[in-house]
Amino acid sequence: MNIVTPAVTGVFGKVNPVAKLGSALLLAACLILTVDWVSAGTALVLELVLVPFLGIRPKVFWIRTAAVWIAAPLTGLTILLYGRASGTVYWEWLAIRVSDGSIDLAIATALRVLAIGLPAVVLFITIDPTDLADGLAQVWHLPSRFVLGALAGFRLVGLFIEDWRFLELARRARGVGDRGRLRRIPGMVFALLVLAIRRGSRLATAMEARGFGGPIQRTWARESKFGWREWLVLLVGLAIGLIAIAAAVGTGHWNFIVG
Amino acid sequence: MAAAQSVPAARVSARGWGWRHASRKRWALRDLDLEIEPGERVLLLGASGSGKSTLLQALAGVLGGSEEGESEGELLIDGLPAVQARGRAGLVLQDPDSQVILARVGDDVAFGCENLGVPREEIWRRVPEALEAVGLELPLNWPTAKLSGGQKQRLALAGTLAMRPGLLLLDEPTANLDPEGVLAVRDAVARVIERTHSSLVVVEHRVDVWLPIVDRVIALSPEGVLLADGAPDVVLAKQATELADAGVWLPGARPPVLAQRGGPGPVFLSALDLTVGRRELGQPTPGFVREGLGFDVSAGTITALTGSNGSGKTTLALTLAGLLPPIGGEVVASLELRGELGGESRLRGEPGSGALRGRSSRNLGHSRRGRNTAYPIDWRSRNLLTRIGTVFQEPEHQFLARTVREELAVGPRALKLEDAEVGRRVDELLARLRLEALAAANPFTLSGGEKRRLSVATVLATAPRVLVLDEPTFGQDARTWAELVAILGGLAAQGSAIVTATHDQLLVEALADSEVRL
Repeated sequence: MNIVTPAVTGVFGKVNPVAKLGSALLLAACLILTVDWVSAGTALVLELVLVPFLGIRPKVFWIRTAAVWIAAPLTGLTILLYGRASGTVYWEWLAIRVSDGSIDLAIATALRVLAIGLPAVVLFITIDPTDLADGLAQVWHLPSRFVLGALAGFRLVGLFIEDWRFLELARRARGVGDRGRLRRIPGMVFALLVLAIRRGSRLATAMEARGFGGPIQRTWARESKFGWREWLVLLVGLAIGLIAIAAAVGTGHWNFIVG
Repeated sequence: MAAAQSVPAARVSARGWGWRHASRKRWALRDLDLEIEPGERVLLLGASGSGKSTLLQALAGVLGGSEEGESEGELLIDGLPAVQARGRAGLVLQDPDSQVILARVGDDVAFGCENLGVPREEIWRRVPEALEAVGLELPLNWPTAKLSGGQKQRLALAGTLAMRPGLLLLDEPTANLDPEGVLAVRDAVARVIERTHSSLVVVEHRVDVWLPIVDRVIALSPEGVLLADGAPDVVLAKQATELADAGVWLPGARPPVLAQRGGPGPVFLSALDLTVGRRELGQPTPGFVREGLGFDVSAGTITALTGSNGSGKTTLALTLAGLLPPIGGEVVASLELRGELGGESRLRGEPGSGALRGRSSRNLGHSRRGRNTAYPIDWRSRNLLTRIGTVFQEPEHQFLARTVREELAVGPRALKLEDAEVGRRVDELLARLRLEALAAANPFTLSGGEKRRLSVATVLATAPRVLVLDEPTFGQDARTWAELVAILGGLAAQGSAIVTATHDQLLVEALADSEVRL
């Protein structure tokens, strides 16, 4: 199943996923404090400098981050047309108003989507779900019941996609595939739900049969380590965020989002 | 496995035990009195709905508490209530796909040990041992998604074995496997039992597979009470009729010899230099590719598409049925099958003549050619109804309506038949496939055998001249099996063409005129 295969196998692939997750969160936390183009631009430049060192093949990088590259300009465009107007108004039509204010805001927002979205995607595609679950349960001490349940359930996604395709083919075979594609969707969703619940409860029984959810204190076959590499990854995320903030404050573009 | 042998085999005692699911009025099992001595190997038989799975789940301690249902009497493992004896019994279930828990082979086997609190070093000692015992010697980081059905079942067995249970419970572990998978799993179980000497309870319809390794047979009646208990040959001889009625495959039972059919009629479908495959999500190349297939499907014949799990039988069947586009080559419908769709055709050669067209269509997507009545994939959905009917492997995939009766009417309605005619066809099929009592039931709530009969009936409702089936006998008991064989044989005798993807050798022997081996 393609969507759950991690994209790298090198050193960076071995970093504890919890650290990657934390790093992306720290960076995002710094960048959502302000909306200005300097902080977002600074962070983006630093991130793009670091990407080649992560060992992700360029093709994989572009394919997996395509959604972010598409979403960023679209977000910018929306803000450009409908954002709060201030300063000179250049063009006006119905609810659309392009002004100095909306241009600034559009650029700042588009850069911000990239600066937060790219590292999030890049860090995530290098994560192995099993390792993430190990980390969440052992390092962050989240309840193993939920973490492992979610991990095992995640595997069923591939089966659901398969189910959906068969549901579509079966509608054609039953003679109702010519029209009403949209109208059929609720029925297919219902069928998928029934199948999903059935598969889910079978999986739950299989897991219980192997002692899952019992009263015994669970052990972990794989140790989730959190060492200097992990701290380094966290630190890099935080550093990029802080440098970005410093650049914005230093150039007088800092604009605190609350207030 | 020296350490495994030190685990003593478990003793099972049921005293007046019964269980009723919270949502049901009827008791799944009642008044069960049973002693299984340590090291005994039991084959548990009974009709579907007789509570076999319930008993196994109760022994494994996974039936749930009072919110799931009501119990009475006692069910003990080594003198302890089964719920408290978790870990003493290990359970392997029927469906290979929903038993794989983790993404890597080694981690999956380790999962049960982790839950039992086994120390890490000990876990990694047990994992390779367990994999070796079931004959699944793969790297520990091997992706579980790449395993075949039989390998997945052996993986589940290894995961259970690593927990060192004193009682091994198997709930139809081979029902969904191809013949090779069945034997591989059975042999793995035999080897494991030989080494560990643990007690064994196996539920399975196909008796002859398991007979060599069991020393006792227990049969439950459809009402969930004890029917027979004793040495295998004695029970099977004495209760033969009851067991056969309950859908049990008795050893040596042969399929009924069907009435001879006439020779083949006109060709309906032709596969011409056909390449089949399916594009997986996000994959650049189609998977399960089969190349250069060429054969005809004629009136009055039954064609079996055979091959192991994952060999592309389903893909080929759905491609022939006009549901999946060929990757290369063509599936061509004869004028005979097209009927009023007409003879408009840009083909160079007519089907069955063996004359190939002058161009290679390998790289031509069907969508770019536009509609051509010679290709079923280009037909409208409604035009398939009277020409090619498809019975899917999972009946749930093809259910559309809220009741069995409405379900049967879907096809005839799509053909815009008059109400009276729709009603007549529905009533006839309800009777013919023993579905009358279920006419108002929701299709999703039927039992496995009932779902299969309904899925076949929905297709018969529009009387297609070609019937394509995907593993119609998968997981079915002997009774449903015999009914299906009789129906398919009857249809072929009346001039329909039947194509069935199957790994069921008995079905091939009973029905097939020709076999396409993948």
